[in-house]
Parts: sequence; C-alpha cells; structure tokens
Amino acid sequence: MTAGATDDEEPRPANPEARAADPEARAADLEARAADLEARAAALAEQTVAGDRRALARVLTAVENRTPLAEPLLRRLYPLAGRAHLVGITGPPGSGKSTLVAALTTAARAAGRPVAVVAVDPSSPITGGALLGDRVRMQAHSADRDVFIRSMASRGHAGGLAGTTTAAAAVLDAAGFDLVFIETVGTGQGEVEIAASADTTVVLEAPEMGDEVQAIKAGLLEVADLVVVNKGDKPGAQRTAAQLRSMLIAGHGDATGGSLAPGRPRPRQPQVLVTTAATGDGVGDLLAAIDRHREAAAGRDRGAAQLVRAEAQVWAILAERLRARLHDDALRATTNETLRAVAGHRLDPYAAADRLLDAVDESPARRRYSREGGSE
Amino acid sequence: MTDRPIKVLIAKPGLDGHDRGAKVLARGLRDEGFEVVYTGLRQTPEMVVSAALQEDVDVVGLSILSGAHMTLLPKICRLLREAGLDDVLVTAGGIIPDEDVPALKEAGVAAVFGPGTTIASVAEFLRANARSRD
Ligand SMILES: Nc1nc2c(ncn2[C@@H]2O[C@H](COP(=O)(O)OP(=O)(O)OP(=O)(O)O)[C@@H](O)[C@H]2O)c(=O)[nH]1
Ligand SMILES: [Mg+2]
Repeated sequence: MTAGATDDEEPRPANPEARAADPEARAADLEARAADLEARAAALAEQTVAGDRRALARVLTAVENRTPLAEPLLRRLYPLAGRAHLVGITGPPGSGKSTLVAALTTAARAAGRPVAVVAVDPSSPITGGALLGDRVRMQAHSADRDVFIRSMASRGHAGGLAGTTTAAAAVLDAAGFDLVFIETVGTGQGEVEIAASADTTVVLEAPEMGDEVQAIKAGLLEVADLVVVNKGDKPGAQRTAAQLRSMLIAGHGDATGGSLAPGRPRPRQPQVLVTTAATGDGVGDLLAAIDRHREAAAGRDRGAAQLVRAEAQVWAILAERLRARLHDDALRATTNETLRAVAGHRLDPYAAADRLLDAVDESPARRRYSREGGSE
Repeated sequence: MTDRPIKVLIAKPGLDGHDRGAKVLARGLRDEGFEVVYTGLRQTPEMVVSAALQEDVDVVGLSILSGAHMTLLPKICRLLREAGLDDVLVTAGGIIPDEDVPALKEAGVAAVFGPGTTIASVAEFLRANARSRD
C-alpha cells in the first residue's frame, strides 16, 4: 500500500465505499481492526494486572458497555481470575447492605487485605437512567488505594444484578483483590441470581417490628450461606434472629426443593448472625464466618458452585453467539424465513429451532478472529 | 458509537452540611436518562477524584455552597488532570458569584450553573459536551 508498490499489485481503492465493496480490502480492514483491538486489550489488561487503577476502571467500562474491547479483555483476564473470594450481599432496600459492605471492608483492611466492591442499583425502565447511591456509605475508604469501589446500573437486567456484573467481578478478581463484595439491588424475593455469581451469599434482614418474620422471605433465605440480622442496635434484632433460626431449622431440606438456582449445592443450614453495621458491632465475627464458609466449601461445594457460575456465563455467551451466527450474512435469509414461517403458523417453534440448529451446523464457522492465528 | 447512558458523578465538596440541591440534581439527571453516581456530603478534592477515576465517569458535577469554590474547584480540576482524567467534563453549581466565573473556566470548569438553572438545560449541556464513549 506504500507509494513504492509494484505495478502488478492491484491498487486498492482508497475511498471507503469502494473498499467496502472489495472483499479483499474489507477482509484486510477487519483484520487490521481486530489486531488493533487485540493490541489495545493487551496493553490495558497488562496495566490492570500491574495495579493501574485507571486502566482497571476503563476495563470495567468496556465490559459494562459491551464494547468491542470487552471480549479480547476478558479472554486475557479470565484465566487470571479464580483466586478472590466473591461475596454476595443481598437483602431488602434499606436493610444496610452498603453500610455493612463498608464495615466489612474496614475489617478486611485492618488485616491488610485488598478489597473491591461492585454495587448494583436499579435502572429506570422508562428513562434508562439510574441513581447509584451506594458509595455514600463507603466514603471512609475512598482515599485507600487498596479499596476499589464501582457502581453499576442494572440496565434492565432482572435478578438483582446487571448482566455484566459477574464479568466485572472476574476482572476485579484478576486485578488481584482478595475479597470482592457484590452488593445487589435492594431485593424482594425471587432475585436470587447472586447465588450463582458469588462463592458466599450473605442475606441481610432488618429487625422485624411485627410479631412474625414474614414467610415471604423464604425465597431469599433459600440461597443464603449466611443470614445476617443487621441494625442490631434496634429493638427486636435478637428476637428476629431467633425466629429466623427456628424457621431455617423447620424449613431445611424440604423448603429448598425446586430452588431457583438449580444445581447449586444445598447449603448447610445457614448460620444466623446479628450485626450493627453502623458501629461495626458483630462485623468481625461476620467476616470470620464468611472466611470459614469459603474454607469449608473449598473441598466440598466450591467446585460445584463454580461450575454453576461457569455454566451461567458460558450459556449467556453461547446464546449471544448463536444469535449472531443466525443473523450473519450466510444465515440471515434462512433465519428470517424460518421465523416468518412460525409467525404464520406454517411451522412449529420446535421444528424451527431444529431447522436453525441444522443450518448453523452446515454453515462454515465465521469467526472474526481466533486467539491463536489472528486470522482464519 | 453506543447509546449507553452518560455517567455523571455528583459530588458535594466542602464543609457545609446541605445537600438538598445536589440530591435534586442527581434525581433530576436520573430522570433525564443519566447514570448518576452520588457520593454525599463533605467530599475532599482527593475523594472526588478517586471516585471519578474508579467509576470512570464522563462528567463530574460539583455542587458547592460554602464559598470555598475558588480553592476547591481549581484543585479538583488540577487533581483530575494529574490522574489522567483530562477528558472528563467538569461543571459546577451552587452559589458562585458571576465575577468568579472567568477564573473558574480558566481553571478547567466547563460550565457554572446558577441557582435558577433548570435540570433540562443542565442535561442538554451535558449531552452536548460530555466525551463520547467507544
Ligand atoms: N440503626 C442502624 N441503622 C443502620 C445500620 N446499618 C445501616 N443503617 C442505616 O440504614 C439506612 C440504609 O442503609 P444502607 O446501607 O444505605 O442500606 P442498603 O441496604 O444499602 O440500601 P439500598 O442500597 O438502597 O437497598 C441508612 O440510613 C443507614 O445509616 C445499623 O446497624 N443500625
Ligand atoms: Mg446500598
């Protein structure tokens, strides 16, 4: 492409439109773009692992926004993850999740452990905007280089997390943080995805004012590895803890059947602790219990828990890839025609799915780039 | 390239204890479709910059009532640049006399919003001036 190119080399059209029409030029452009992405990802990943916090922040943005850099970054960083203890903190709005994360962070920092936090708040389904307010409770740690706090909006993802929270936690893990706290959206029942994303799930409750602990909480309690009654300074905290303990004994074994996180190993009956996050009371004991849970799970559940997490991650990517393949140049026509046939009730959806799977089988895989070769 | 929400940090540097205005702005911008990180009261310049860096925000909006704007705002702008965050848009609001505005702009504050500014016009300014993400 230089001025000294020999005569027999076909001149490449210079204007973009002509280039797009020339398949060879297009392939060369794509390859150059992929190589550029790979180079940028390599540099960013290296800086992140070396402790550059700005690089880490930019990696998290790429992952969160699913930019073209996200995949090459995750391919590099994922193999370095797996050492951190991922701790999920979930519970109703206002139960003290952020305050407790801040207090746990204080306890962990006293032991010299680097801590990262991912705090998820809901996005408005109407405007797409979000108010991310969890940092307010964590300000005491903002000057500490070994604490990294990142807020995330859920962006329409149900389940108490954002769609990219697990990937963000893996990035923080790869960056060398010892503990990664994942604070969910203030959750009702059913939003139990956190159990598949964390090694240890802590479910928070505030002291009950009424007589009975609401049975509605069972859904959340099912996924708890540890149950915490926070606001221990309020009347009723010890009583609520006692009620939860008896509820968990009664419900253990059968109430957990048909869990929302299938395949997840049944927790041993979760311990119930009382904390006052606002003062730090009981927080040291909670951190010790979190550490013990991981140690106890190391030989037993942890492999299984990681397998559940791996499956969820791979499954999501697989679905995305499959959809992309079905809409690429080779298959778009078949896909649209098949969908129209289902819409017109000329084909049932099962036969349609089989037909599309066959079509994918038969069409040549078109990977944009491969890790080894850089081109196909 | 993407239509991802613009991410804004709303911070309240200085020692005064009123953040009603900052909260109203934070909620207002959420309703305008922004992702707003709110950090609360009594932020030191270092805290603001560390939050901006970790959150990788596009905009830092500073609300200030204490009268210390002529020291705090330039310092925050300088620390942001030193942290490599020179593409972050910095705006300020609160009680800032007109005669101070040129010096603040010189220091790196892109816009100063007076007490009467509507949230819609702040939103419009941010959409027009925040860095574009890739
Ligand atoms: N009395 C008392 N109040 C507490 C305690 N922990 C937290 N709070 C207060 O409870 C309120 C909510 O605390 P947060 O930590 O923001 O609760 P959260 O669960 O993170 O809230 P969302 O993220 O909005 O769901 C705040 O006013 C805290 O100060 C505690 O141990 N005792
Ligand atoms: Mg919170």
